[in-house]
Amino acid sequence: MSTKNYISAICSIKNGKVFVNNTLDYTFTESNEPIDFFKSVYKHYQLNYPKFYKMDSLSKLAFIASEILLKTQAISKEHTPENIAIIIANSASSLEIDTEHQQTINDKANYFPSPANFVYTLPNILIGEIAIRNKIKGENTFFIFDKFDTLFMSSYINSLLNSKKASICVAGWVDFYENHYEANLYLVENSEKGLKSKHTAEELNKRITNN
Amino acid sequence: MNVFVAADNIISPLGFTSIENFENLKHLQTGVRFFETSDFSVEPVHAAVIDNEKIETEFKKLNTSNGYTKLEKMAILSIHKALEQNTTIDIKSEKTLIIFSSTKGNIDLLQPELKNKYDKKRLFLWETAKVICSHFQNPNTPLVVSNACISGVIALMLGKRLLEENSKYENIIVVGADIITHFVVSGFQSFKAVSTEIAKPYDAERIGISLGEAAGTIVLTNNVSAISTTSSILVKGGASSNDANHISGPSRSGDGLLLAIEKALEESNLKAEDIHFISGHGTATLFNDEMEALAINDAHLQNVPMNSLKSYFGHTLGAAGIIESVITLESMRKNTLIATFNFKTLGTSKPVNIISKTQEANLQNCLKTAAGFGGCNAAIVFSKQ
Amino acid sequence: MDALIDKLKGEIIEQLNLEDVKKEDINNDAPLFGDGLGLDSIDALELIVLLEKNYGIKVANPQDGKKIFQSIRTMAEYIQANQK
Repeated sequence: MSTKNYISAICSIKNGKVFVNNTLDYTFTESNEPIDFFKSVYKHYQLNYPKFYKMDSLSKLAFIASEILLKTQAISKEHTPENIAIIIANSASSLEIDTEHQQTINDKANYFPSPANFVYTLPNILIGEIAIRNKIKGENTFFIFDKFDTLFMSSYINSLLNSKKASICVAGWVDFYENHYEANLYLVENSEKGLKSKHTAEELNKRITNN
Repeated sequence: MNVFVAADNIISPLGFTSIENFENLKHLQTGVRFFETSDFSVEPVHAAVIDNEKIETEFKKLNTSNGYTKLEKMAILSIHKALEQNTTIDIKSEKTLIIFSSTKGNIDLLQPELKNKYDKKRLFLWETAKVICSHFQNPNTPLVVSNACISGVIALMLGKRLLEENSKYENIIVVGADIITHFVVSGFQSFKAVSTEIAKPYDAERIGISLGEAAGTIVLTNNVSAISTTSSILVKGGASSNDANHISGPSRSGDGLLLAIEKALEESNLKAEDIHFISGHGTATLFNDEMEALAINDAHLQNVPMNSLKSYFGHTLGAAGIIESVITLESMRKNTLIATFNFKTLGTSKPVNIISKTQEANLQNCLKTAAGFGGCNAAIVFSKQ
Repeated sequence: MDALIDKLKGEIIEQLNLEDVKKEDINNDAPLFGDGLGLDSIDALELIVLLEKNYGIKVANPQDGKKIFQSIRTMAEYIQANQK
């Protein structure tokens, strides 16, 4: 499929590794706990955003991936907040923190639901976190797929850009459930920058699996 | 390509058809009731809950297998009843896509007593959507939107966009559903956001939300022959936005919602003065309703009649945007403005024209707005052809 | 009082996930919200849960939180006055 939109950068985080533009950028081997890994990424990249510690695991993962991604391109210089879109998807929604919230209410004798947990029981909160951090105000949608649907995502985001509903899009996949995690966040824009990789399903499939 | 409404339905405590729900609203009947004790709250609470027996009775009439969860039954019933309205829509066709809108789906399956009754997979929203889809033997993989309380409006907007750009589809069935669970009620209670009375949207004495459960369906089509020419309504434009301010608190300025409204009007080629009615979000929390009033003023829509249906249906989360849109469509067909139940005195710092008495009015273009956790906002415009 | 304040600081750091903050960083009289520790509305709700969970004190009206959570000291005073 032909397109005039390009993937300008991609950040992938999985199996204790961070890839920037499909090149290994950081490896963590000290523990198998995802949270230890996320915290070490936060420190390694000197992200300095104390709210990070308050986020649930899913938002932590989304946050570090978005920070590393957006360090590659100064998007706020070339795009107005209203024209930056965030379209992200996953498989498990917020089931990880959902399970935690359910456990705080199961026992009537020890019933202490936490508002700080409950707020994260919606997958799109991670979009909110990225939007707050980067002052992004444009189109935002969270999709749920069995597996990342690169065909739908690429065609929908291309149509957002082509119809001028956005001039750039932070897009991708952020999933966390039962210690399995994976993030692939990328930037799509209508000019050749950075990676200069055509924004098509085929190209996405390659870039997401070739780490 | 124009996108039309071909059929619609609401499954709620106020009825199982769009007409039944609309008639109840017209007569100021609310679905929100007081529960001294319940299995979804540790304290007394007001909520809009559908009678389980009624769901079972109606579902039995479909003569289908009974391996479905409560939420799936509600969604399936809603689609069936919408399709009864328009027999030209072929749900088994490759040209028909289902979009499912829900915040929590089958989240009740996390409860210890339901945990082992169904396959764990059913907790995943994509699986829930597939189950609904295969009931109707729809050949396409359904799309799932889970974007807090704007999910329904986003799903409709998405349906519109796919139908106008993508000739692959002729019909899109947008179905939204969420149920009352201890999960959701306890969460909003921990936020101290649940009203001790039936919610009072935009009122000076509003003290929080009432929760509810519902399923709703709107069938969209780009096939002109699928709609009756006398009363066709188009989806004209829509947009979403983010406050970029706080993950749970609404923007203090309303700038995010304003942006969504402006973009939706622009896409519809309409100006503020062309809008005849606003179906607001109106959760009846202090901050949400105030935020909306600011946005509505900045959009110069403060004189346009506006209501909230949250005091009739409760806040039905992923279904809200859809069922409130269905009532908007019915209001347009019947040229009737529905009063906001439980509204007496305006309680926002800027004026908004809250409908306090159900009345007739000629409705050509209407705006539906929504806002939700994560700082998200959405707006969509419906117009008569 | 000093012992309660010290204990409370530890509990707040844990409950609110203030990972970069140490007990000695929290001034007994500095505001908890806004410029002080930079807490927000969700933290205020979380502190209400903390009072109930650790001290058996129920705060029905979240608006009361504004007074109670002015500083660590006002919070400790409130606990002393209301604990059964």
